[in-house]
Amino acid sequence: MRLDIKPESKRMPVSLTNSKLIFDALKECDIRLVSALPETWLVHLIRLTDEDPEMILVRLAKEEEAVGISAGAHFAGVKSAMLMQNHGFLASINGIVSFAHLYKIPLLMLISYRGSFGERDPWQTQGGNVTEPLLRALGIPYTFLDALETVKKRIRQAQTLAESSLQPVALLLTRDLMWEE
Amino acid sequence: MLRLDCLRSVYSELENCLVVTIMGAVAAELHSLGHRPNFFYIQHAMGLASSTGLGLALCLPEQKVIVFDGDGSLLMNLGSLSTMARYRPKKLVHVVFDNESLLSVGGFPTATSTGTDLEGIARAAGIPRVVTVRSSVESFKAALSDAMHGDELTTIVAKVEAKGPAAYVTDLSLLENRFQFRRHIQSLKQP
Repeated sequence: MRLDIKPESKRMPVSLTNSKLIFDALKECDIRLVSALPETWLVHLIRLTDEDPEMILVRLAKEEEAVGISAGAHFAGVKSAMLMQNHGFLASINGIVSFAHLYKIPLLMLISYRGSFGERDPWQTQGGNVTEPLLRALGIPYTFLDALETVKKRIRQAQTLAESSLQPVALLLTRDLMWEE
Repeated sequence: MLRLDCLRSVYSELENCLVVTIMGAVAAELHSLGHRPNFFYIQHAMGLASSTGLGLALCLPEQKVIVFDGDGSLLMNLGSLSTMARYRPKKLVHVVFDNESLLSVGGFPTATSTGTDLEGIARAAGIPRVVTVRSSVESFKAALSDAMHGDELTTIVAKVEAKGPAAYVTDLSLLENRFQFRRHIQSLKQP
């Protein structure tokens, strides 16, 4: 399934089917707050969240805010998720280390993995190179959302690990899943 | 106007609120007045106190939430003002103690010492109610009371002297504070 976001812009073949699959899996995990900063691969996920009356969508100015917002949600007993590009993950690192790690705050981070194989935008490529090395350096457990068959299970497992270990856990949203081209 | 005197003047009113503070002098001074399970001190992660208060307020819309922020911390996350203004939870009160200084690291002047106006920035970001208090502890107490009993997201900029406690480390461990705070909030949900 394809959907053009803006008629005047170039076609953006972001997978609506797979975005819906991710969104439904988040809801099944009782996620009720989603913070987000838009990027191309996330447009459907953000819109689906915005249109769901059971979800609180927090549109951010910068991704690091999401660490505080998710901590507040955790204290309030509300499960949350963060939607961001990998460059947004880079922009959040002090919050992750100095808040989420220091205070053992569970974070479910869904990170679009731009700048990896198949990337055409030159400006995304440096962030693509450092994403996994940084996740490893920070000791953040991560895996990939790369096939529709495993999306639901991996989201459930990531959320379970974040809650049991009280730490940030990352899911890298890959081109294979998000982009229909 | 001393921040410690401001905190002391409103301490008794904090009992039924959730209170989030920044690190350094604000945390140490509130703690010195007597720790309570509804106080959470973010002992690092500068800039995220307001974001944490916003997360609490969005998830617990009937609960009064007070953030004790500072000029140095807020300047690190000015975007938080626009995010708070976007959702403007009615029971969130955002206090910014502005001592024009990064006091905890030796008193280096912040941009508010050279004219940056946090009240103006908050107002222009869309915070519905913004006040500056500079005259007296009584006026601070009155401003916080108005905000707490009002029904509108409020930012209070309190101009205070760049004076703080002798030490910043308290005997409350970070994790003890964090687990106690969450347990306190969950206990409020019990019938």
